[in-house]
Order: sequence, then structure tokens, then C-alpha cells
Amino acid sequence: MFTLVDLVQPETLEDAYQSLISKRSNTVLGGCAFLKLGSKRIMTGIDLSKLNLNYIREQHGFIEIGAMTTFRDVETSSLLKESFNGILPQAVSQIIGVQFRNVVTVGASVFSKYGFSDLITALLVLDTEVELYHDGRMSLQEFLNQPPKKDILTKVFIKNDQRIASCQSLRNSASDFPILNAAVSQADGRWTIAVGARPLKAELALQASELLSQANVLNDETIEDAAKAASEELTFGTNVRGSAEYRQAMSKVLVQRGITEVLAC
Amino acid sequence: MLINLSINGKDVRIDVAKDEFLADTLRAQGFLSVKKACDTSCCGLCTIWIDGKPTLSCSVLSIRADGKKLTTIEGLQQEAAEFAEVLTAEGAEQCGFCSPGFTMTVLAMKSELKNPSDDEIVHYLTGNLCRCTGYMGQLRAVKKYLEVLA
Repeated sequence: MFTLVDLVQPETLEDAYQSLISKRSNTVLGGCAFLKLGSKRIMTGIDLSKLNLNYIREQHGFIEIGAMTTFRDVETSSLLKESFNGILPQAVSQIIGVQFRNVVTVGASVFSKYGFSDLITALLVLDTEVELYHDGRMSLQEFLNQPPKKDILTKVFIKNDQRIASCQSLRNSASDFPILNAAVSQADGRWTIAVGARPLKAELALQASELLSQANVLNDETIEDAAKAASEELTFGTNVRGSAEYRQAMSKVLVQRGITEVLAC
Repeated sequence: MLINLSINGKDVRIDVAKDEFLADTLRAQGFLSVKKACDTSCCGLCTIWIDGKPTLSCSVLSIRADGKKLTTIEGLQQEAAEFAEVLTAEGAEQCGFCSPGFTMTVLAMKSELKNPSDDEIVHYLTGNLCRCTGYMGQLRAVKKYLEVLA
């Protein structure tokens, strides 16, 4: 269990950011569900719940999701259910239970770059950007590749380009952490493939995506080739849930299923 | 820190530690139906409603509940008794330790989903673990309870 020496509930993002950078061990609190599994000693916990960051809205061609939006809000949002084949509600709906999803937040999951995140994998195959209070707006991919920094993720932007998407996951039991997950999307003939829980954080399979996008015809053979390419270009690791070899073999299956599902739409 | 809560319709003002979680606060206030079991946010035994939404009280900082309406099973005695009757009739309860949290989720599902399918019921209740019953009795009980209400 973590220890909080002090807690602040700032009323502006500037105050929150100043608190965050004033001491090394100061930490932004998300839903706290994962944070409480550790034993971190936090000098000042910064609670963002008074900053009105809980929303899902459509603005200027983008869907915006506020950092304090819960997974359950994502799961039940009619806007998100109708967008991208409902990939985002589907991605979060397998995570533990309703009560848990009413606690965990989008901002904390994305900012923490959790390897096991189903949400990040799904967001990666959409045209997703994040907004950081200090560093500003950048693509999700760029953010994921940066080293950890003291900043506050305020919202996630997803270009509402009507792309078709699918997410897949492999779990030991219904509510467990994923052994592996994958997401696939297609817009105007351009395909995007991402694989997560490898157990490293989700990553785009760029070569496989290009291979699929360049294919003259999409049949069982080209789909299999793309899935194989994804499994070969990404790296996989071993942990208690599965070996690197198992993950690599299964990534082919999940990517294949994702492509097939998108084609069926 | 002083926080204001409405617990089962009664307004209270409570002094809580900054890193105190709601399950501890509620148990200290005598709401012993709120069980602490896994303490890792995955068993559902500590389920309460915060502003009507089923939530893991073991994972919510008490300070975040300031100004919210909390409901525990002590505040839903009649509905809980009705459900408990079906639960026992279906042999879906053994040690009973998970029952308060399970009942809170079932009652939340009842208000949220209209005519849920078996899959929807199972999906909604996935976050409530029970080590005794094997879940089939619970599923029968929930379906029967919803049928009776209909």
C-alpha cells in the first residue's frame, strides 16, 4: 500500500503542475487502483478530481476524452459505441469488473504506459493524440516512445475519421490481465496494426501495417503474411502469464482475427 | 481532513486520513457489510454505490467521496432481503462472505440493464468473486430474481 504524506486538490491545472514539479516524490493520482498495489511513499498526492476532466465529447472533428474519465464511462458512452466499431468500449469491457472500471481512469492508464493496457493498444490504431499540460499536444505513439517525465496528461484526442477497427485479447480467465492483446484498423485502404501486453507496452507493427496496405488483394494468404510479419517485427517477453514464444505465436492469431473482423465490417 | 458524506441517506461529517480508503472509513463508521478481502481491487467484496454507481470502496480515497452519496447494503435492506430469499432458495450461498458485495452489484445491474441476457448478467457480475458456489447457482438466482420482479 502506498503512503500519502499530503494530498492537494488543486482547482487549476497550473496549480496542479506546480505541485507536481515542486518535489520529486510528488505524484498525480489517477484512479489509484494500480497505485495502491505498490508501496510508494508519496510526499504530496495531486488529486485532479476538481478540474472537470471527466468528459467524452466531440469537438472540431475529434473525440476528446478527459483524463479523469473512467473506463466505465468509456464502456457506456454512446458516442464511443458508435465510433470505430466500438473498439474503445470493447477494449475496456474485459478489465476486471464494473466496480473496478468505475474507478480507473483513462489519463492514468495512458500516462503510466502500462504494458498490460488494453486501452493503449486500441488507441494506437486510431489517430490518437494526447495533451500534456507542459509539453503540449503530440501523437500517442510519440508520447509512448518518450522517457517518463513529470507532466499531467489532460486529455486524449481521437480524430473522428470513421475508421473501422477491431481489438482482440488473450486472457487466462475473463477478468484477468491480458496475456497479449492486438488491435487493427483500416481507413481509406491504410491499415494499422498494434500489439500490446507483450508484456511490454503496446507498439505499432509498422512493417506489417505497410505490407497489408500495399497488398493488391486481401485474401487468406496476404492476411496471414501480414500477421506473420507483425509477429516477427515486434519483440516479445516472458512473464508469469506467458512465454515470449507463446506470445509471438499467439500474436499472429490475434492480428489475423483482427484483420478478418475489420474486413467483415 | 474533514469530509461530508451522505451514507444511506444520512448526512455525516467525518475526519479521515489523507491516504485512507473508503472501505476503512465505512467500516470504522459501523458499516460492516463492506468487506475487505483481496485489497487489490479485484474481488468485488467491498462494492458500494457512489452516487448510484457500483464502485470498489477499497480503491477510492475517502477524500474523493467528499460530497457524494454513498449506499451500502445497510441502506437497501428490503431489496437485499428479497434477493437473499432467491439466493438461498437456489443454493447460491455458502459462507456468505461475498454476498453483500455481490448483492450490491446485482441491485445496481437491476437498475442499469433492462432485461439482460445471460451473457450480459455474467459480464456485469464478473467483478464479484465467490470461492464457494461455482457461480451457476448465483446465475440461476439472479435470473429468477429478475423474473420475479418482471
